[in-house]
Amino acid sequence: MSAPGASGARQFWRRLRTQRAALVAAAVVALLVLVALAAPLLTAIEGQDPTTYHPSLVDSARGGVPIGSFGGVSADHWLGVEPQTGRDLFARLVYGARVSLGVALAATVVQVVIGVVVGVAAALGNRWVDQLLSRFTDIIVAMPLMIMSLALLAIVPSSFPRPVLVALVIGLIAWGSIAKIVRAQTLTLKELDYVSAARLSGWGSWRIARRELLPGVAAPVITYAALLVPANITVEAALSFLGVGVKPPTPSWGQMLTAADVWYQAAPQYLLLPAGALFVTVLALTVLGDGVRTALDPRAASRLHVGTGRKREAKA
Amino acid sequence: MNGFGGFALRRLVGAVVTLFAISVIVYVVFYATPGNVAQITCGPRCSPAQVQQVAEQLHLDDPLYVRYWHFLEGLVAGQDYSTGTAVQHCSAPCLGLSYQSDQQVTALILAKLPVSLSLVFGAMVLWLVLGVGTGVLSAWRRGRLTERLLTGITLAGVATPVFVIGLVLMIVVCGQLRLLPFPQYVAFTDDPEQWAWNLLLPWLSLALIEAAAFARLTRAAMLETLAEDHIRTFRAYGVSERSVIGRHALRGAFAPVIALNANNFGSAVGGAVLTETLFGLPGIGQELVHAVDVVDLPVVVGMVLVVGFFVVVANAVADVLYAVADRRVVLT
Amino acid sequence: MSLVNVTDLTVEFGSLRAVDGLSFRLEQGAALALVGESGSGKSTVASALLGLHRGTGARVGGAVEVAGVDVREVSDEGLRRLRGKKAAMVFQDPLSSLDPYYAIGDQIAEVYRVHTRASRRAARARAVEVLDRVGIPDAPRRSRSRPHEFSGGMRQRALIAMALACGPDLLIADEPTTALDVTVQAQILDLLHTLREETGMGLLLVTHDVGVAAESVDQVLVMRHGRAVEHGSVTAVLGSPAQPYTRELLGAVPRVDAPRAVSAVAESLVEGAAERPAEASVEASVEKPAEVPAKALAKVSAKVSVKDRAEPVLEATGLRREFGRGKRAFTAVDDVSLKIHRGETLGVVGESGSGKTTLGRMLVGLLEPTAGEVRDDGHARVGVNPAVQMVFQDPVSSLNPRRSVGESIADPLRARGESDEGRIRGRVRELLERVGLEAAHYDRYPHEFSGGQRQRVGIARALAADPRVIVCDEPVSALDVTTQAQVVALLGELQRELGLALVFVAHDLAVVRQVSDRVAVMRRGRIVEEGPADEVYDNPRDPYTEQLLAAVPALDPRIAAQRRSARRELATA
Repeated sequence: MSAPGASGARQFWRRLRTQRAALVAAAVVALLVLVALAAPLLTAIEGQDPTTYHPSLVDSARGGVPIGSFGGVSADHWLGVEPQTGRDLFARLVYGARVSLGVALAATVVQVVIGVVVGVAAALGNRWVDQLLSRFTDIIVAMPLMIMSLALLAIVPSSFPRPVLVALVIGLIAWGSIAKIVRAQTLTLKELDYVSAARLSGWGSWRIARRELLPGVAAPVITYAALLVPANITVEAALSFLGVGVKPPTPSWGQMLTAADVWYQAAPQYLLLPAGALFVTVLALTVLGDGVRTALDPRAASRLHVGTGRKREAKA
Repeated sequence: MNGFGGFALRRLVGAVVTLFAISVIVYVVFYATPGNVAQITCGPRCSPAQVQQVAEQLHLDDPLYVRYWHFLEGLVAGQDYSTGTAVQHCSAPCLGLSYQSDQQVTALILAKLPVSLSLVFGAMVLWLVLGVGTGVLSAWRRGRLTERLLTGITLAGVATPVFVIGLVLMIVVCGQLRLLPFPQYVAFTDDPEQWAWNLLLPWLSLALIEAAAFARLTRAAMLETLAEDHIRTFRAYGVSERSVIGRHALRGAFAPVIALNANNFGSAVGGAVLTETLFGLPGIGQELVHAVDVVDLPVVVGMVLVVGFFVVVANAVADVLYAVADRRVVLT
Repeated sequence: MSLVNVTDLTVEFGSLRAVDGLSFRLEQGAALALVGESGSGKSTVASALLGLHRGTGARVGGAVEVAGVDVREVSDEGLRRLRGKKAAMVFQDPLSSLDPYYAIGDQIAEVYRVHTRASRRAARARAVEVLDRVGIPDAPRRSRSRPHEFSGGMRQRALIAMALACGPDLLIADEPTTALDVTVQAQILDLLHTLREETGMGLLLVTHDVGVAAESVDQVLVMRHGRAVEHGSVTAVLGSPAQPYTRELLGAVPRVDAPRAVSAVAESLVEGAAERPAEASVEASVEKPAEVPAKALAKVSAKVSVKDRAEPVLEATGLRREFGRGKRAFTAVDDVSLKIHRGETLGVVGESGSGKTTLGRMLVGLLEPTAGEVRDDGHARVGVNPAVQMVFQDPVSSLNPRRSVGESIADPLRARGESDEGRIRGRVRELLERVGLEAAHYDRYPHEFSGGQRQRVGIARALAADPRVIVCDEPVSALDVTTQAQVVALLGELQRELGLALVFVAHDLAVVRQVSDRVAVMRRGRIVEEGPADEVYDNPRDPYTEQLLAAVPALDPRIAAQRRSARRELATA
């Protein structure tokens, strides 16, 4: 017996598989996740770690420029070392992937959970609940994310684990749009005849929400969440770039770029590596998000049904 | 038109209520945090005596709503602050006093505001022109090489963080090619030409990213409109493709573009913070980063409120424009 | 030279052949209707006449000549000159067929300027002129309105005005009245008729509705699966059809002037069927079951089976429903009282906005009435009652696309507490077979079914709750006539078999007459007339009912002409 919803999932995969760009992006994302998970293993193979200083590898007379060509690239340090400190760049880059992806995913989870709960509650609650939650959502949407997180991150004591804090702050500020989407979608679904039919069957509201409404909300939520991940990566990198996000010694791509403009001539890879990593990651996630949207697009699906008129079907 | 005026008025009232709510939330979040608020407010470098003084000034013994009332009072009527020896009067709208520099937050922000406004609004003109133009071109040349190229470029634009493109622009244009000097802010009132030249790179860094988002949206909205029934009507009446795209499809993209502009205003302000920091422009973004660095709480809270004010106003204006652009929306 | 000359036309979309070797001619000033059910390819033919398939990837074969232009071979420029100038098209949905952002007058002027060298001012004047011509009151002012400020009928008039702007030789109308109410439909068809008489332009009408064709044209071409089934004059094809499919099609069309063939009530409740309504209302008012003291209920319930046929299974008193608040408030249903008895069908008929759907939803408990109450078997109802079920209009949205149809049908069983999987599946299979589907369809998903089949699934789901009453909200309005007839027949069968009471809500007067014992006519939230179906239809007492009946297109062209002149007299009087 096939489970309910099986056909939807199958259809989704079939549509996603026809998009070559999305597939490539999915492969890149999978690789990045793998690198992030295997960071300790990869650095162990290299024989380095992200935090050890190597003062011997930088020229303190010239202000800390890495010794050797291409910023100190060698068999021991595959991508060279950081100016001034001599920390291994490869190790910092792969550990940075952990922070970037981890923080972005955690923030997305927080956003989705709050957004779905608030959105569904607003749509299903009575007029007052809806008014209250919708106005609150409007206010949250009006809060400028970067400014608020900058300010919030400033007052929390530094004893709090920083990556967790960054994820929480992003998640707690930027759930407004997803709540709005969920509310709108739930309201639309609530008016559909099959939900009315379920009510006439005698089911209670909880069962109807779970069986008839939530699966219908899933598609737009997944679509939007897929586009939130790259946005969150950018925000985390920006906060770390400004020095309020993830703090040293924890490596982060944004933080690596903070001082990069000073060193671009002596050690160009110090700029190019984190910038490139950010670019590739955000690009891959964005393309994948676009692919997911195309595969799930409710309008593309409904266009198959809603044609030119009332009279559609020939056989009964 | 009466219904429309009523709508605009209701929207204005809504904006005021939202602003009020934001001020409450911000106040509660920052001044009701667990821990020694006076110590946090004053900053890590304050002496115990100073902390004691700050605690008195913040009326920390009073309940929260009384403290918030004082804060509002300051905003509306002004307030007096004693800074050890002298008494400073902070006239309305008073956002408090920086305990780091003894400066009034309002004055501090007003001094920096022109830089940030120059940056954001200049960039906005640029991203609207670039973004909508690219979007129209993509929709017009749909299915051809031009469109695929533009799609690729805009995708790359969407994927590039603003500080990365800023860094690259600065290094390439100012460092390698030496086409422009490193930006130094010149006030518009002093020398408009220098103002524009020095802001060119910051504008570009901020606008290119946003333009990419607008290009994608414009293209998508136009393609969606092109699939609608009324486009078929005009084709069936012999209207040329140029008119169909330039008149009917573009008109359908107006409302979404306005909505996105409001929606992205907040993120553009965030981008402005990065741009200012990167190019060393003395705007409120740079000031905010500095205030955050030294934990200057009154300044931070003041900045958040001022930026919140602009975002709320931008949203309200966009809502009204949206209603004008899309006369089908029900005005409520 | 013929105005339209189509020879061996084929249109293919990928592997689908929508039009398959069709040939016909249309002379100057003549009128031809392409009639067929959905999927017959009739609209594709209309598009092909204007070369609208060019550049869409569709493959067009054969020869198409319109007003002397070879549509397949002519240059893009030549094609643009044909469109709108020599042959103009009117589409089905007048709201989506106009640009929502521009004033209607400007849109007409734009089209006019494409084909003439007129100045802006002259084009605007022409727009006002044609709007006035199609009967838009106060045309100079209304020409500045946007489409959403017009009613459906006014929008269709505006589209016709756009078609008239350049004085075309041929008007192509693709389902021009399908989205409109019956009274508005009659006005639009009359307008088209008058315009044709005055301008002498040819008309190609595409429609699924045989009645609309009979009203408007001299020749009919019946299409099926992209081919011509029968072609000839209206009187010949509709009067004495030669082909079995044409006969089937005509047979399926419900007639508004023919009484109902079999009365379900007559069969299931033979004794006293005729006097029953009167008798029932007397009993109800005398006994007032609501006031029976609780302790006496046990005694009374023993008698219930005896009173069974007299007691209404569903009774609504003083139902009222308002939407919105303050200035925007409006009353959708206003003081409606109804009684429905076991085994009978009550038809509720009305145009859009009459409140009939709101009434239906209150009867099943999906909407709370603002005032008044609904009683099931004499008991006041709170919330929903599984014994009162509903069959919905839209076969797409009435089934959850993510659940198998078997699971949807099993819902009422599970909700009742049935947990034995074997019994549930057994019962669902039984129901599937009962409504004419296969037991093996249990695990299929809604998108695998046609509209008619989905409607059958909806009926099975309603039956699973063992209902006493089913409210059918436009159950067949989304279906083709032949499918419509089958679903209506199924409902009738089930009613006789199970003694169900049906409330049949619809806009189509003919369908309602076909199924109903009693009929209630609604207008602006009120019931303007109620009574036995034959009485209401044959001797309407309310002028609105009369107007509605006069607007229904007749299948006989001669009757259609008579009705048209009657309507014209009504309008001028």
